Amino acid sequence: MEISTLLRWLGSILFKVVDSLGLPLWVAELLQMISAAAIVLGAGLLVVLFLVWWERKLSGHFQQRFGPMRTGWHGWIQTVVDGVKLLQKEDIIPKTVDRKVFFWAPVLCFSVSYAAFAVIPWGQGLWPTDLNIGILYILAVTTFVVIALLMAGWSSNNKYALLGGMRAAAQIISYEVPLMLSILGVIMLVQSLSMVKIVEAQGGIFGWFIFKQPLGFLIYLVAATAETNRAPFDIPEAEQELVAGFNIEYSGMKFAMFFMAEFLNLFLVAAIATTIFLGGWRGPWLPSWVWFMGKTLFLVFVIIWFKWTYPRLRVDQLMEFCWKVLLPLAFLNLIVSGILFM
Amino acid sequence: MESAVLPYLFYLFAFVIIVSALLVVLLRNIFHCALMLILCLFAVAGLYVLLQADFVAAVQVLLYVGAVAVLMIFAIMLTSRVFGVDLKQQNEQVPLALIVSIVFVAAAFYGLGKTVWDIKDASVPADSTMSLGKLLMTTYVMPFEIVSVVLLAALIGAIVIARRN
Repeated sequence: MEISTLLRWLGSILFKVVDSLGLPLWVAELLQMISAAAIVLGAGLLVVLFLVWWERKLSGHFQQRFGPMRTGWHGWIQTVVDGVKLLQKEDIIPKTVDRKVFFWAPVLCFSVSYAAFAVIPWGQGLWPTDLNIGILYILAVTTFVVIALLMAGWSSNNKYALLGGMRAAAQIISYEVPLMLSILGVIMLVQSLSMVKIVEAQGGIFGWFIFKQPLGFLIYLVAATAETNRAPFDIPEAEQELVAGFNIEYSGMKFAMFFMAEFLNLFLVAAIATTIFLGGWRGPWLPSWVWFMGKTLFLVFVIIWFKWTYPRLRVDQLMEFCWKVLLPLAFLNLIVSGILFM
Repeated sequence: MESAVLPYLFYLFAFVIIVSALLVVLLRNIFHCALMLILCLFAVAGLYVLLQADFVAAVQVLLYVGAVAVLMIFAIMLTSRVFGVDLKQQNEQVPLALIVSIVFVAAAFYGLGKTVWDIKDASVPADSTMSLGKLLMTTYVMPFEIVSVVLLAALIGAIVIARRN
């Protein structure tokens, strides 16, 4: 069944209730916006719950372990238990941190990752809003993640945190360049920045942009892995060098906020790749949101697969790979698609 | 909904812009100043959204927050021993600066009051990105190209200066 029909039906009930109470129309619209935001937040948090388990399970099996097994069937409830544990933990704030910045960093980090979900099309008719500038909006709001990481690294007043924050920021802003250029090829073909229009432009399986822009897809996947600070690009949190990275001084719920933001971002980059290159919600027989979730989770699986396949890069290799390999390839892709488009 | 809330949103953004801009020059911790600058630039992007210039708003955030502000914060972080240091934001030229500022504000208000604004009834294009792109590639293609070349020159210049060390 399509969820969008159900949501539309609930929305019409909301409007009728507000109308019968004699309240003005904007009350209903406001309530509608708030409930849409709440639904997206709920869906996002559910996704995070699942992804943490998914990553731990996959990591276990990649290493011929089982991963979490004790709580529930194959440990499926493990993340919930961990979440409850983190809620109970004491919130330790070291004496010499910059308290205000220390507090706002995890809040900013989580809220911008969540804000980016406003334009993700989860299925046919299932998007919170369809902005004209959809993909550009995502790229713009997620730049705040860099600020949040720098805030966390600086306010902790800890050398490891500072180094981790700076490494993360340097890496994210470097890899943002090939990432944007790799998307640009598709935008040229669609002639729109709207996420929904991009999906609608990909009819039939060979209409997916992964077949028209294979190089763009590869560049995006590599750059997105680096954007989320995941292995083999995980030098911002290289345990052997930095203990933990920018979040070293954080504990309890503040740590959990960073953790949730990280997994939201992981899901976000996979969802963007699904929307732009894999035809979004399109697919036969099954409901559209099943296709979207299936493709996105498969991409998440691929990114976790990278993690257990490739060793970590050095800092100089990381930058060299970005500027000397990915960037020229991205330009090549752009020029070729420009010529083909003409 | 739109007409009922939009004016209040404008005042909210204007308030945030003014307060954060003041804090940029009044706070004594340089890192906090940089963060306030980011807040100010973000609120300006909010004003662009209210004016239905969504593309400009996104680019404002992308460039000013994502690039300019990050660069500033990097510079601050690379400077050792600024953590928790109170920097003096004023020197003995405060009265002089005050006079200059007041004169400037008065001149600006005078100019704003005098100007006859060219108001058009035409509605804002639904897809401002498309029309902006078309204008940049047709009517304003020459300035657009020149700006690109100037930026490229600045980029190469920065690399040459950095290489010398």
